Amino acid sequence: VTQFDDHAYFDELVTAATAALTGDEVLLATVSGERTDFIRLNHNEVRQAGSIHQRTLTVDLVEGHRHVGGSIRLAGVRSIDEARMVALLAQLRDQRRLVADDPFLLYNTEPVSTERIERGTVPDPSAALADIRTAGAGRDLVGIYASGDTFTGFASSLGQRNWFQSSTFNFDWSFYLRADKAAKNLYAGFEWDDAAFAGKVDWSVRQLVALERDPIELSPGEYRTYLAPRAMEELLQLLSYYGAFGRRAHETRQTPLLRMLVDDARLSPLLTIREDTARGVAPNFQSAGFLRPDSVSLVVDGAYAETLVSPRSAQEYGVPTNGATGGEYPLSMAVEPGAIPTTAVNEALGTGLYVGNLWYTNFSDQAACRTTGMTRFATFWAEDGEIVAPVNVLRFDDTAYHLLGDRLEGLTDHAEVLLDTDTYGGRSTSSMRLPGALVGAMRFVL
Amino acid sequence: MTDLLIESRTLEDRLRSVLPGDVDFASARLVDERSERVTVRRNQLEPIFNEFDTGVMISIWNDGGLGYAATTDLSESGLTAAVDQARRWAEITAGAMVTTAAPRNHATGTYVSPVEVTWDSMPLPDRIDLLHQQSRLLGIDERIVNWGASLVRREVDQLLVTRSKVGATGRVEQRFRFVYPSLHATANEGVNTQTRTFGGHAFCGQGGAEVLGRYGFGDAATRIAEQALELLTAPNCPTGVMDAILAPDQMILQIHESIGHPLEIDRILGDERNYAGTSFVTPDMFGTYQYGSELLNVTFDPTVPGQLASYGFDDDGTPASREYLIKDGILVRGLGGAVSQERSGIPGVSNSRADNWNRPPIDRMANLNVEPGESTVDELVASVEHGVFFHTNNSWSIDDSRNKFQFGCEYGQLIRDGEIVGPVRNPGYRGISSTFWRSLSGVADRNSFTVMGTPNCGKGELNQMIGTGHASPACKFSGIEVFGGEQ
Repeated sequence: VTQFDDHAYFDELVTAATAALTGDEVLLATVSGERTDFIRLNHNEVRQAGSIHQRTLTVDLVEGHRHVGGSIRLAGVRSIDEARMVALLAQLRDQRRLVADDPFLLYNTEPVSTERIERGTVPDPSAALADIRTAGAGRDLVGIYASGDTFTGFASSLGQRNWFQSSTFNFDWSFYLRADKAAKNLYAGFEWDDAAFAGKVDWSVRQLVALERDPIELSPGEYRTYLAPRAMEELLQLLSYYGAFGRRAHETRQTPLLRMLVDDARLSPLLTIREDTARGVAPNFQSAGFLRPDSVSLVVDGAYAETLVSPRSAQEYGVPTNGATGGEYPLSMAVEPGAIPTTAVNEALGTGLYVGNLWYTNFSDQAACRTTGMTRFATFWAEDGEIVAPVNVLRFDDTAYHLLGDRLEGLTDHAEVLLDTDTYGGRSTSSMRLPGALVGAMRFVL
Repeated sequence: MTDLLIESRTLEDRLRSVLPGDVDFASARLVDERSERVTVRRNQLEPIFNEFDTGVMISIWNDGGLGYAATTDLSESGLTAAVDQARRWAEITAGAMVTTAAPRNHATGTYVSPVEVTWDSMPLPDRIDLLHQQSRLLGIDERIVNWGASLVRREVDQLLVTRSKVGATGRVEQRFRFVYPSLHATANEGVNTQTRTFGGHAFCGQGGAEVLGRYGFGDAATRIAEQALELLTAPNCPTGVMDAILAPDQMILQIHESIGHPLEIDRILGDERNYAGTSFVTPDMFGTYQYGSELLNVTFDPTVPGQLASYGFDDDGTPASREYLIKDGILVRGLGGAVSQERSGIPGVSNSRADNWNRPPIDRMANLNVEPGESTVDELVASVEHGVFFHTNNSWSIDDSRNKFQFGCEYGQLIRDGEIVGPVRNPGYRGISSTFWRSLSGVADRNSFTVMGTPNCGKGELNQMIGTGHASPACKFSGIEVFGGEQ
């Protein structure tokens, strides 16, 4: 069976739409889609399994400084999709007559075309299922396997063409011991490697052994804490999504790191954060046609540096855009590693909490960057550099100015690549590169 | 772009013709959605956005296997290919399923959102003018640094057709009309930034233009802008153990997180343990467990006219009905559809729902409501010696068993000796679900009972984002751990 060529199809649609433009119209078009096989498991058996093929075409129809946007789900049948697109453009033209000039409209008028295709060899789903169930035999395995192509394209009537496509698999699973005691893991990549998967499984099994000990119930208080990279991910995602690194949130004083803007607050000098597009797995272009630079420094030595600037913010605040999406949050965040040997984390921790995962973070006081959240999965109590026992879930409530600031004692010397497992609407292409962090004292309240 | 695919007899015939007649259960669920978003931010119209989305999910249950295939190709060959794909999955998974329980309903029926005033009776220029008007009412002071008003309209038409090898067939047609109004105002002074909102997480529902009047959209802008400014000079919420009165727009979150999610049977069965989490509720608790005080009565009610998650049938085709989940404080029923009920033996409801055509249904909340009591809100306030009245959720966090929670609100009011004495900022409280509801000491009457909805509940692998409805009066809780900001 010949696989449908989404790349060529998108190009044909935009070429046809461009030919149908009137007057001085400009068309900005983005397509995003996936061809995904998924297997959802519980108790090492299948709960749901299937396939999804979807593509969404999003357009912005511009004339002068007036514009209106819209999207259609593509059927993949030329006659149907061209008819849908013609109807959408007609509706957008009707609405455009009713709107005033948009002073914040900005799109790329200097076309730069790019293409990045990373073809993997993802396993046949029945083979993947067999491997997974073999690994889970005799264990309480729960999770999701998803594989196949994801793609994003941009095209404009000015002649720009950008395409990003990759074939990946992502197996996000937990081995459960009992109740809420579990070891969580992720195996993702372009080609399934039995040895690599076995290594992941072995790591999880070792965590299960540690979890078998009787759990400790810790009282609220302050504890010396090691935050593993996945725990750091949860904290940094919270800051990112609420605008810590976005221009609009800075200008409107909504950034949770407000005190770094208007007061003399600083994060730890050990902390340097970048949007590292060159080493990420997300497209390096966005829906107004701007390309993202390889790297944008967001925090350097604990102080604010640059912000992520979308084209609209660029116009509104009179600064250059750096190709950020409308949300102005990092898609490929990287935190520079530190000096703590990753292989000697327990020794560096000494006596305290080893937190594998944090969960459900939010703000207690956003303007003060006071955050809260729960420990989850593998969280252990350590004494004198040795894991002693798992710890029942704890709620923390502390400021980033402590956790990533004056109480940050060090970062590990290796930044782990963490692929985003979110599949809301479609499979995410975001990622982070994060080290673990040693915090002198973290406040737990419940 | 206004053709209703659901009305196409040709398409329905095509869906019927491709569904196989030699399997235990087959279904095709067509979803055809149209939406429009209009936003004015800082007195400037943002680009209007229109969305059109159509697709079909094919489900095949056969010989102990289950397969799904989601496609946008509604041609005969496209649908046939999807059926073949779903069949193949059913073959792959046969013998490896966690359950062989399959939907058995072949229901026939329709549901249509009640609409009093059609959305189109308010033309686009009028909608833009309304938003500009609200925006001007929000941006009233130079300390208001960000503000905006928006209207979202969604129309979702669904057609579920089913077939089985014993000759049964079903047809469920549902047409939903949703309106989501929202306002926000952010005030700043130095290191203090405070935001008040309207709509967003609470005041949205089914219907037409009348939804705006239902929630007082036209009257809210001045109030929230003034309250955002008030909060700049208000003291921080006090810290300590005291009484808490939760307004309906905070109750919505309290119900959702610490009653709704823990009662989802798929969580209790462990399906969500790798992502959304498990539950402190165990199967043996149903019928005996004292979930809350005797004042607590909670219903699953998809029949409330105009509530966000009202419907006639769930996405497995099970007819929807009102049921008590908690009666006089005792847990009596869980939130699980036909498949979860068969797997668990726990009595459930019709709540097997998918957020779109490209996701399979799972157990979700629909309308989950706290029934009104007999006190007036004034009586609740008068009964508080020292406490805080919490308004409008802005922060939510709860553990993966849905037990240890911490919630925050935009706006608090300090209560002393039975009277509200003034606003406090950054009000928060924390507790444990399994004991929190037993501290329920007052439930206000129908006068404060507010029918609301929240559009963004995330759950599932693959992830799904769906709307849920909640209705509640103001409620009083005694002996709660309350705190404020900074420290």
